[in-house]
Amino acid sequence: MESLLASNSASERTQSPYVTGTSVVSIKYKDGILMAADMGGSYGSTLRYKSVERMKPIGKHSLLGASGEISDFQEILRYLDELILYDNMWDDGNSLGPKEVHNYLTRVMYNRRNKFNPLWNSLVLGGVKNGQKYLGMVSMIGVHFEDNHVATGFGNHLARPILRDEWREDLSFEDGVKLLEKCMRVLLYRDRSAVNKLQIAKITEEGVTISPPYSLKTFWGYKAFENPTVGAEGSW
Amino acid sequence: MTKQQANWSPYDNNGGSVVAIAGADYCVVAADTRMSTGYSILTREYSKICQLADKSFLASSGFQADVRALQKQLAARHLIYQHQHNKQMSCPAMAQLLSNTLYYKRFFPYYAFNVLGGLDNEGKGCVFTYDAVGSYERVGYSSQGSGSTLIIPFLDNQLKSPSPLLLPAQDAVTPLSEAEAIDLVKTVFASATERDIYTGDKLEIVILNAAGTRREYMELRKD
Repeated sequence: MESLLASNSASERTQSPYVTGTSVVSIKYKDGILMAADMGGSYGSTLRYKSVERMKPIGKHSLLGASGEISDFQEILRYLDELILYDNMWDDGNSLGPKEVHNYLTRVMYNRRNKFNPLWNSLVLGGVKNGQKYLGMVSMIGVHFEDNHVATGFGNHLARPILRDEWREDLSFEDGVKLLEKCMRVLLYRDRSAVNKLQIAKITEEGVTISPPYSLKTFWGYKAFENPTVGAEGSW
Repeated sequence: MTKQQANWSPYDNNGGSVVAIAGADYCVVAADTRMSTGYSILTREYSKICQLADKSFLASSGFQADVRALQKQLAARHLIYQHQHNKQMSCPAMAQLLSNTLYYKRFFPYYAFNVLGGLDNEGKGCVFTYDAVGSYERVGYSSQGSGSTLIIPFLDNQLKSPSPLLLPAQDAVTPLSEAEAIDLVKTVFASATERDIYTGDKLEIVILNAAGTRREYMELRKD
């Protein structure tokens, strides 16, 4: 294994990411899927980009959200554009649903890991087709699953415990957005690479809508925030 | 820029435990439904049991993406088998196929730990147990995965199977009744869940016998 890796190190393979996006959080709700992601693009610990769209519609029935390497995500979008285009050219009235797109992504991610050239992303795929809601995830190395709510990266640590407490199958749109905003606020406070500029996307039988960027109301006036070193003085 | 990440690995361990017990006229295959990575739970409802043929069920733990690739490979091979022979593959034949499939990737292995359970052509319960590169053996009962170190000694103690060194060779099946075997499986999983953080959430049990196949579920600890 070591020799395999060493011989590959000279060629162009992503062994670590450059510009990355942080968590994506997504839930099923009454009429479909809701998804939230902020718009930051980090270059290591530098906040390099502030208007990165990390959620995109795929075909008529799917919505894709990504965390991880932004350039790899954009390449995946090119793959999917081609996939949807070629599917469209059959002109047979059939179209790929979220299940098919998720399965395709699963194979692409796993295939790239088999070539030791991974696409450095965690992907979230949501969608609705024929009244069936679908929500799934794929990781960098091809691990994949479906669930009623999913979150990538820090979201799996900070948002999913909230979702396990408060998520219900028949959540209304308003309550769903409130729940996602609660998760995104926690992430904003605790995830240093999260930024206060986010979008929420919705997909139903009617199609995809992605909200314009907006920010969450925050409160930094807690006593403990004002002088955090009180009682823990340094040497100078 | 200095490297911040640990070196990338093509493998992950998604945890989970699997158990299978063979009886004279039945087979029980069981696995929990938790899927983890590191200290995080990815989902509490992921089935690790896969039906490969009428009378063979594969229960696998290890790296989920490899397990799924393996299941797809076997499903494709079984479809070809059905077209060529117009019948379902037997469990012992599937066992050999699984071994060959694993060994085919000997130098970039499927990180999958499998137990294959089913009924043989005589209707007798059979269990095959594997390592990641395809060594396999027919046994009376087996466990693989993150909780196997806790489960195997308990099964050894309760089932007291005849030594494989005995001559003439003894039957590998267990002396328990079907209901007793199901009860035993529930007990071992409840116990493994107490101490193994990668085992829990829910237990899925598949029971095969002359009447057919049925499934049972039992809730496990979620912490």
